[in-house]
Amino acid sequence: MMMDVQLKRGLLDVCVLAAMKNEDSYGYKIINDLKPYIALSESTLYTILKRLETADMLTVRTCEHDGRLRKYYHITAAGRKRMEEFKTEWKEMILIYQFVTKEDEREESR
Amino acid sequence: MKSHAEHITMKKQEFLTELQNGLTGFPQDVTDECLAFYTEMIDDRMEEGMTEEEAIAAIGSVKEIVAQMTADIPLMKLVKERIAPKRGLRAWEVVLLILGFPLWFPLILAAVVVIFSLYLVIWAVLISFWAVAISCWVSAVGLIVASAVFALQGHGLTGIAAVGIGIFCIGFSILITWACLAASKGIVKFTKIAAIGIKRKCMKRGRTA
Repeated sequence: MMMDVQLKRGLLDVCVLAAMKNEDSYGYKIINDLKPYIALSESTLYTILKRLETADMLTVRTCEHDGRLRKYYHITAAGRKRMEEFKTEWKEMILIYQFVTKEDEREESR
Repeated sequence: MKSHAEHITMKKQEFLTELQNGLTGFPQDVTDECLAFYTEMIDDRMEEGMTEEEAIAAIGSVKEIVAQMTADIPLMKLVKERIAPKRGLRAWEVVLLILGFPLWFPLILAAVVVIFSLYLVIWAVLISFWAVAISCWVSAVGLIVASAVFALQGHGLTGIAAVGIGIFCIGFSILITWACLAASKGIVKFTKIAAIGIKRKCMKRGRTA
């Protein structure tokens, strides 16, 4: 249970970082860009953005848009490093997954 | 047509006011930032063509947002906000505070220390049970080793008795370790619930003040 929460938190962090890796993004765009992959509620996104900002993985700037204010999020070097770490971690995860499913097959054929 | 438009603007305003009320007791900067975030979210949805009601419906309930915000904010921030006076103190209030210091300070200190020590007592009891568990494991191992020594020295019956007591110790150790583990988990869970409860208390008091 605990492991699941931790794992999901890490996944969501990386997803949000990935949404701004090519260009700076804003709240609603992040939710829309991630929609095909993961359903993210506003309150969850808010928590993630705050956490990433505190960890210096992104910076925030406020811009005027259409007569109102909009916050744009920019990924930092630390944020990109986190994404790279995620890729390495995930390669290990895939190996573990393959190992686990292989055991399953043997049990089924028995 | 105009009245219709006004009704719609109320919708967004209603949502934001409700959110602001829900966050009473939070530091001002946190509340402002949260409100700005949700204002932007509603505006962006409306820019895409949603009506105000649709945009607000898509964002979810204020209750949910407040619950998430409460879980995220550190307790100390809420306490600090609660203690810091919203207005400057009047002269007589300052005088009263200083004159009353020998009275109110020890009282508050005593209350905090008593609550804290009660919490510590819970852990102390648990730690003593853990100590019993560890000593049981040690004596179990010790008795089984001793039984081998007894057997080698020719005290066969003593050896068998030692093995028996040792096995009894193992059984007892397993039981008590299991109970200690469950109790530790329970206390950690209780601490988390208590922390959220204290946060809620801070917020509610802020609302009535």
